[in-house]
Amino acid sequence: MSPLLAIRDLHTEFRSGAGIVRAVDGISYTVDAGETVAIVGESGSGKSVGAMSILRLIPDPPGRIVSGEIRFDGRDLLKLPEDAMRLVRGGDIGMVFQEPMTSLNPVLTIGRQITEVLEQHRNASPSAARARAEELLGLVGISDPRRRLKQYPHQLSGGMRQRIMIAMALACEPKLVIADEPTTALDVTIQAQILELMKQLTQRLNIALIIITHNLGVVARYAQRVNVMYAGRIVESGPAAAIYHDPRHPYTMALLRSVPRLDRPRQARLEPVEGQPPDLTRLDHGCAFRQRCRFAVPACADARPALTGVGEAGHVAACFRAAEIGVETGAAA
Amino acid sequence: MSTPVTPMRPLLEVKALHMHFPIAEGVVARRAVGEVKAVDGVDFTVRKGETLGLVGESGCGKTTTGRCILRLERPTSGEVIFDGIDLAALDRNDLLAFRRRIQVIFQDPYSSLNPRMTVGAIIAEPMKVHGIEPDKAKRTARVRELLSICGLNPRFADHYPHEMSGGQRQRVGIARALALKPEFIVCDEPVSALDVSIQAQIVNLLEDLRAEFGLTYLFIAHDLSVVRHLCQRVAVMYLGRIVEMADCDTLFDTPLHPYTQALLAAVPTPDPTVERGRVFRPVQGEVPSPINPPSGCVFHPRCPIAVPSCARTRPEPREVLPGHVVACSEVNV
Repeated sequence: MSPLLAIRDLHTEFRSGAGIVRAVDGISYTVDAGETVAIVGESGSGKSVGAMSILRLIPDPPGRIVSGEIRFDGRDLLKLPEDAMRLVRGGDIGMVFQEPMTSLNPVLTIGRQITEVLEQHRNASPSAARARAEELLGLVGISDPRRRLKQYPHQLSGGMRQRIMIAMALACEPKLVIADEPTTALDVTIQAQILELMKQLTQRLNIALIIITHNLGVVARYAQRVNVMYAGRIVESGPAAAIYHDPRHPYTMALLRSVPRLDRPRQARLEPVEGQPPDLTRLDHGCAFRQRCRFAVPACADARPALTGVGEAGHVAACFRAAEIGVETGAAA
Repeated sequence: MSTPVTPMRPLLEVKALHMHFPIAEGVVARRAVGEVKAVDGVDFTVRKGETLGLVGESGCGKTTTGRCILRLERPTSGEVIFDGIDLAALDRNDLLAFRRRIQVIFQDPYSSLNPRMTVGAIIAEPMKVHGIEPDKAKRTARVRELLSICGLNPRFADHYPHEMSGGQRQRVGIARALALKPEFIVCDEPVSALDVSIQAQIVNLLEDLRAEFGLTYLFIAHDLSVVRHLCQRVAVMYLGRIVEMADCDTLFDTPLHPYTQALLAAVPTPDPTVERGRVFRPVQGEVPSPINPPSGCVFHPRCPIAVPSCARTRPEPREVLPGHVVACSEVNV
């Protein structure tokens, strides 16, 4: 069975005063039907730009999808005409953004915003759309849907707004939902409610989910597969358990070691990733992580390592020393 | 790990602190129509040299509590006793001397530094205001010293904040707080705006500074993992009140208040094996409005162990075990 989504060698760049920023610099990955894939990385790693490229939501200018292929459900999205692409956005692919207040229209009622999606994408009649909107609010756990449909976004709490966003993303029974930091703006108990809701709904409706986050705990709880991004590239990818228990890229290792854990008494000291993330306008042809890497060798300055298989099936890392590093940490653990 | 108990007078003592903000309505004649009970009866102490964590979700009053201690707000009632003097009762002129001894580190290193001032001028400003180091050359030398204490190259003194990354800016904010050689620092979410790999650098810096200069911290945060790592004691706030307070490991290993338990359960652990093995049921509902808080125990509408009397009587904080304070009538040890 071919995957639902297959991204091949995607390059997206932005022109800026300081030069060309290669925000996404050749990423490839697949998402199977019904699968949850997490994209992890820090600010500027290209995780959001990569996801927005799938929907062709890159502002042009200054941005541009330079090359690559995004095969979704048998079609290359980068070759679709704009009107066909509009049907994909919010139709076959739903979106949930970080800040529900800025992604909802403040002057339209909740009901109007949901019915608009249904009328645009599914040619639903106004009454059918209203009935479906009510059903959707029930699905995302909002009580008294009839009253809520008449309210405006500012009358709802942050958690409630994010539930509305999820309802809108699910309105047209998509095959894939892209959630960009869906809970970062929310409090921890509300974050837990929203993530649990997304997990249950994607499982029940067999929807694939790409969840973009910087929170390693969220990834561990919800994702089957993980792509770790650094400076526009995927540096490690694999099943969640392999990434957490047998990380092979020094950046992944450093990231996991730098977070304090709630379930363990405090250790003497955290081990931060030293230094700062690189300037994306000044990347050379060597490995972008080498200045911060404690395993770096002279060869790292000569070429960018490609993703190569390590450990179990489907686990790849972009590091010349991935094999020996794994042995070293295995002995230490 | 617990700190040795010293029978000394605490450095800071907060007693029955209330901060109610009036809500005004009307365009021409403003009149008060209600009040937000942001802080509604909070008691705690901070011993010299320790770090007390103040945790809770948005709107629980943790930041307002910090602002009352700094006297950025004048409390509605209650006492804030710092080294024997009630700051809540001091007038403007007498406060100035205390402001030297109590400093603050803010959450957002982007909005808390003046973009038109150089880093050197930002750090020198408190020294000018308080008339210490009036000699310009000595002040410049002190700025350079503070920068290097905070792990920045002294040449940054001539830079502007926009030329720096978030982590570097937060180091400037810390250098500014240290400029007056304070004894007590209110850290209001100092790492939550930073990337994961940078957070650990700042956490380590705060720990080093405490040890080196004998500082005492009130650490306000919503990230419980960071609090567990950094604090000796922790107070959990909900809707303007402290619901539980204990030494750090006790609170995280054996939380007694149902809200603390819900809060801890909501935090995902960065370990897929731990997460898969966990039965997880997030706490229902959302934090009620502090304008019209629930009667009795403020947590009772969401509480899994509530009994009818919880809706009538407000539970007072009581010491159920030595040093372990819980405000819940149903907790028995």
